[in-house]
Amino acid sequence: MRFLDFFRNKGGSAPVARDRLQIILAHERATLSANPELLATLREEILAVIARHMPIDRDKVNVSMDRGDDVSTLEVEVELPLEGGPNPLHVAAE
Amino acid sequence: MTMAKVIVVTSGKGGVGKTTSTAALGAALAQTGKQVCVVDFDVGLRNLDLVMGAERRVVFDLINVINGEAKLHQAIIRDKRLDNLSLLPASQTRDKDALTEEGVAGVIEEMRDKFDYILCDSPAGIERGATLAMRHADIAVVVTNPEVSSVRDSDRIIGLVDSKTQKAENDERVEKYLLVTRYDPIRADKGEMLKVDDVLEILSIPLLAVVPESQDVLKASNLGMPVTLGSPNSYAARAYTNAARKITGENVSVEIPQDTRGIFSKFFARKAA
Repeated sequence: MRFLDFFRNKGGSAPVARDRLQIILAHERATLSANPELLATLREEILAVIARHMPIDRDKVNVSMDRGDDVSTLEVEVELPLEGGPNPLHVAAE
Repeated sequence: MTMAKVIVVTSGKGGVGKTTSTAALGAALAQTGKQVCVVDFDVGLRNLDLVMGAERRVVFDLINVINGEAKLHQAIIRDKRLDNLSLLPASQTRDKDALTEEGVAGVIEEMRDKFDYILCDSPAGIERGATLAMRHADIAVVVTNPEVSSVRDSDRIIGLVDSKTQKAENDERVEKYLLVTRYDPIRADKGEMLKVDDVLEILSIPLLAVVPESQDVLKASNLGMPVTLGSPNSYAARAYTNAARKITGENVSVEIPQDTRGIFSKFFARKAA
């Protein structure tokens, strides 16, 4: 077997290093570079769509993203004003 | 009008060979006849002066020039072996805040008129010192060891070069090159160390040179001589010399160190291990 091992390059830890790096860097590139601008854009556009149909408070919209190895999630949280409460769009229009 | 090229030698991780590479590349570029200045951006931890063998000739430094306490020509030290090679040392005493954005811009601008190549030796890390060192770069030389933490940090640095440099902000391209140092072909061949191809595939920037782990590089630093001057016939020196020629635009193919042992010694080395 030792003789066969000579022809095969197995047992080294370098392939593990390469695979681990590829996974972690794919993750980090996505979260570190794309995120800040992407999230701000998403937030603005989502806000604009909702505001067309109902009054919302700009500060009460939260957009967050979580990238995982298997699952990535985009979480959008919009807090709607109380029904019958003051309508900010209306107020602004007056 | 400005034909000068600003090159940042950077890595993120410390101890991978930025300073020895700056000295060796700087000397190799000067040996092609160009006017070259190497600039130490590692404020507080200067070492380029020591590797260049000019530590006893430092009078003024980069911070003195930025603060207007010395003229650029007073701070620049001309190499004793190559008169077209100069060094602008870093300050050893001041804190890092002394390095200002406008100050660095002014010094680099003044140097562009006097030199063909300005090599900025970046401090480790991704903080202000590192971003200021790369700020005006036309070319980024990313120094990487074939080892996980170094490759990861290099990836971060490449991201910074693509976003924080003046060229990036003006939608221009900074040329990026990979310089692999401390490469051990025997261990790479055994699968114990990342191969050059692995690192290239992960970082996907063009390869400038591969410098093997070598006694010549250590000896050069010990003697205060860039390896291209101290051991010009060594493998490391040839790698840096070819890198310099590539930077000047010559079409040079990159040599990758190979395990040159014969098949029998390889076999017995394996059995012994």
